[in-house]
Order: sequence, then C-alpha cells, then structure tokens
Amino acid sequence: MFWTFLSVGQKTYSLLFVKSLVNPHLHAYICSEYYRQKILFMSNEKFSKSSIGKKVIMGLTGLFLISFLVIHVTLNSMIFANDGGVLFNQGADFMSHNPIIRILEIGLFVGLLAHIFMALKLTLDNNKARPIKYAVTKGNANSKWYSRSMGVLGSLLLIFLVVHLAHFWVPTKVAVFSHTEHDTFASMREVFKEWYNVAIYMLGVIALGYHLLHGFQSAFQTLGLNHKKYTPMIKFIGSAFSVIVTILFAAMPIVMHLGIIK
Amino acid sequence: MSGSGEKTLNLTLKVWRQKNAKAAGNLETHQLSGISTDMSFLEMFDVLNEKLITDGKEPIAFDHDCREGICGMCSMYINGRPHGPKQGVTTCQLHMRSFNDGETIVVEPWRSAAFPVVKDLAVDRSAFDRIISSGGFVSVNTGNAKDANNILIPKDDADDAFNAAACIGCGACVAACKNGSAMLFVSAKVSQLALLPQGKVEAKGRVLNMVGQMDEEGFGACTNTGACEAECPKGISLENIARMNREYLSSSLTYVKK
Ligand code: HEM
Ligand code: SF4
Ligand code: FES
Repeated sequence: MFWTFLSVGQKTYSLLFVKSLVNPHLHAYICSEYYRQKILFMSNEKFSKSSIGKKVIMGLTGLFLISFLVIHVTLNSMIFANDGGVLFNQGADFMSHNPIIRILEIGLFVGLLAHIFMALKLTLDNNKARPIKYAVTKGNANSKWYSRSMGVLGSLLLIFLVVHLAHFWVPTKVAVFSHTEHDTFASMREVFKEWYNVAIYMLGVIALGYHLLHGFQSAFQTLGLNHKKYTPMIKFIGSAFSVIVTILFAAMPIVMHLGIIK
Repeated sequence: MSGSGEKTLNLTLKVWRQKNAKAAGNLETHQLSGISTDMSFLEMFDVLNEKLITDGKEPIAFDHDCREGICGMCSMYINGRPHGPKQGVTTCQLHMRSFNDGETIVVEPWRSAAFPVVKDLAVDRSAFDRIISSGGFVSVNTGNAKDANNILIPKDDADDAFNAAACIGCGACVAACKNGSAMLFVSAKVSQLALLPQGKVEAKGRVLNMVGQMDEEGFGACTNTGACEAECPKGISLENIARMNREYLSSSLTYVKK
C-alpha cells in the first residue's frame, strides 16, 4: 500500500511511500516537519477568553455546585426524621465546625462567584452577537424555554441565595465566631412560620429546579462528554436529580410551616 | 407539477426592507392572491418581485442559487423560524402548502452581528468563509481515489464524517440560536476532518484556529439549547459540538506552537 505526501502549498516537502498502513513514527515525523515548515496556526487566544473556555468554566463550576447540593439536600433531609431537629442539628453542627468543611466552604464561594461572573460575561457577549432582534421568534418550536432562560433563572437564584444566606448562614457564622450555641432547626421553624418566606423559598427552589434541569446535562455536553451509550443515562439522571432535589427542598418549608415537622 | 390537489392562497406578507448595510430597515406589507400551494416559497417571492417590478417598485433582494437544498444560500427567517415551519428543509424546499389561506407571513433576514445585512433579506456570510480558511482544510495531498481508499477507515467514523460534511453552510444554526452562536457549523467543519486520518495531522491547530476565528467574528457562545440542531436542514448533530469541545479542550492543554 502506498500513501503519498506530495506538497504543502507550492513546495514539495516529503514524498513518501509508506508500506502497509501509515507508519506512526514516520507519520509523526512528517507532522512535526510540516508544522516547522509552515507556521500555519498562529492562534494565541487565551483559553479562558474563548467562548468554549468560558463555557467549560461555567460547566465545571456548575457541576461543583451540584456536588454541594447533593450534600446540602441530604443533610437537610434529616429534618424528616421528625425528632425535634436533634439529628439535623448534629449534622449542621458538624458542618459548621469541621475544618475540612470550612476550607471547602471557601472553595464553594469561589466557585459560585466564578460561575456568576462567567454567567454575566457570557450573557452580555451573547446579547452582543444579535444586536438587532427578530420581530417574530418561535423559540418553543426548537428548544425548551428553561434552556433559553438560564440567565433569568440564575438571577432569581442569586436573589434567593442572598435571602437564604441571611436567614441561615449569617446567624450560624455569628454563633461560631462568638462561641455561642446556635439552634439551626429552631431558626428554620422561626423563618418558615411566615408564609411569605415559604413563598420566597418555593420560587427559589423552582428556579433551581429548572436551572438544573437544563444545566446538569448541559455541563456534560460542554465538557465534550457526549456519547451514544451514556448521554441518555446522563440526561435521565439529570432530570431525576433536578426533580428530586426540587421536591425535597420544596417540602421542607411547607412541612415546617404546617407544623407537620416540629 | 399542477396536480389535482392544487389550491390557491391569499396571503399577507411582511418583509424586511433595508436599502444597505448602514440604513435602518423596516417591515413592509404586501398582499398576494392566487398563490398556488404547489409553489416553493422562493417562487412565491418571484411572483411578488415580478409584481413589484411591474408596479415600478424596487424588487426584494434575497439570496438563492441552487433551489434544491444544496447551496445553502436561501436564508429567510420565516414566521419566527429559519427556513420556515418545516423541519429538515431549506427555504427553496419549503412549499406554500405549508401555509394557510389568509395567513400573515413575516420574513426577516438572519439576525447576527457576524452576518451584516447587505440588502433586504440578503446577508453577508463571509464570516463562515473566514472560519473555513482559518483551518477547515487538509494541506497535504491525499493522493488519488485509489490511494485514499487504501487507508482503512472504520465505517462508523466514515459515516460520522460524512454526516458532518453534509453541512451546507446556510447559517440557519446561527439564525436559530438565541446567542447567535455558530458552534454547530464550526463543529461540523471541525468534525468532518477530525474524524478522518488525513485530517488528524493538523487537528490540534485546526480547532484552535477555527474557534479563535469564530470568536473574532462576533458569534455568541453555546448554551446547549439545541435550537440549531432542531432547525438545521441537514440534520447536523449536537454530538459534533461535543466533539469540537473535546478537541478544543485537549488541544488547548497540549498544543505547542512551533
Ligand atoms: C447564583 C447565581 C447563578 C447564576 C447567575 C447562574 C447562571 C447561569 C447561567 C447564565 C448559565 C448558562 C450559561 C450558558 O450556557 O450560557 C448557567 C449554567 C449552569 N449553572 Fe448556573 N447560575 C447560578 C447558580 C447555579 C447553581 C447554584 C448551580 C448548581 C447548584 C448552577 C449550576 C449550573 C450548571 C450545571 C450549568 C450548566 C453549565 C453548562 O451548560 O456547561 N448554577 N448558570
Ligand atoms: S450546521 Fe446545519 S444549519 Fe448550520 S450552517 Fe451547517 S447546514 Fe446550515
Ligand atoms: S437555494 Fe440553494 S439551498 Fe436553497
């Protein structure tokens, strides 16, 4: 068998007759030779400035935030033990005092900030790519509304997170630093007494659910992890995860408000 | 083809008119009657243009060439969707039987910062050409057909490469995407070469260059909404975008410029 390398541009660089299939060593040599002769590729774009690079950061931080959610939802589900918050408070206490968790918490905030920063950057860039809008669009004919609303859903989430942190994270921090006891379960009961707080949490949790419904599988696609065999599985797990997390988180304020969990 | 099923339609057309790239445009309303359901969408535009010329008015500029779904020129954003309401067709393959009598049809040009309007519905898609010239080629002579056939290529890879190569560069993916992203187009052009041994030689530099050029042209990033895949007349798959992301990631990590 023969494979002939003839010319690059106008000049002839290598004329090879390779017996059998491509000889990998020769092949590698030709490649490097070729690259040296003709510096074709002058891309000096920085990864984090490129559209794909920004999306990869989005996806990685998103998945990292999801891993936190797994722990968060598991721990909070301890309230369903309905033991007056004993089990739950033990968990909360461990989380707020364990040094490893403390360090991970810093990572969590860095990840969240990176995610928000990139989201802002991407959304602004993407808007610039279509300065004149269409008079008529039928987005629902080709895509899901929540996949097109990640920025809005994320912004709702951000507003919710500020309220949420003020409710629980700030008092816990104050207690840790002032070396006083903090009964997180009791403050949950306090917060969810008010119907408007329950409403805010419903909104926040539903925004999270839809953000994840698209985001979970989207992150895998962004990272190039698309495979005929595994992608259907990833999509299923993503949807199931989003629904379960939404239901569990939504149930918490409701059962506390109704006094089912005391 | 004037079959026995032929019917005629009365339509209201709202078409984007714009003198040149700098001018501000607006939607212009036209009434059409007696449009055969057997006509293609472009033939309907021919009828309208003839009427405009007869009336001493400026005909509507729109791109078209092959009129059989292979050149990718016929860019029209029809009633909120690129190439109109049907899936898997270009505007020239769309027939008036897809519309109802008395319907109002809004026709706009592709909207993208990277595709400036030249006139009316015609846009400048040379950004795609610049992306191709930045890396969408193989620079070594791959021999004649016999030589090429001597390189064994798994059938699945050949099929995937062929399917990616079906992209006609129409730009419907950009037009459909809420971000005006060209990822489906670029990923098809990256994939058709990355999947084959002849293309692997320059694969690393290629993806970096093509993505770099894509960003420079002002296309948006991908949110994975899937609108491009749903509207692509050639059924280019999102798997290509994932492949390009993989290629881009690994090239960014390992590529050393000599
Ligand atoms: C708090 C404010 C948040 C904002 C403003 C925000 C915003 C966004 C936006 C705009 C995107 C889409 C980016 C694009 O594809 O163009 C996105 C993607 C994503 N977000 Fe968020 N988000 C927030 C919080 C979260 C949280 C708490 C999680 C997880 C627990 C999360 C997980 C994800 C994931 C997995 C993706 C998909 C990444 C990808 O497509 O590659 N986000 N976010
Ligand atoms: S990927 Fe599809 S929609 Fe995009 S340019 Fe190619 S053929 Fe057209
Ligand atoms: S005119 Fe060639 S694809 Fe429509």
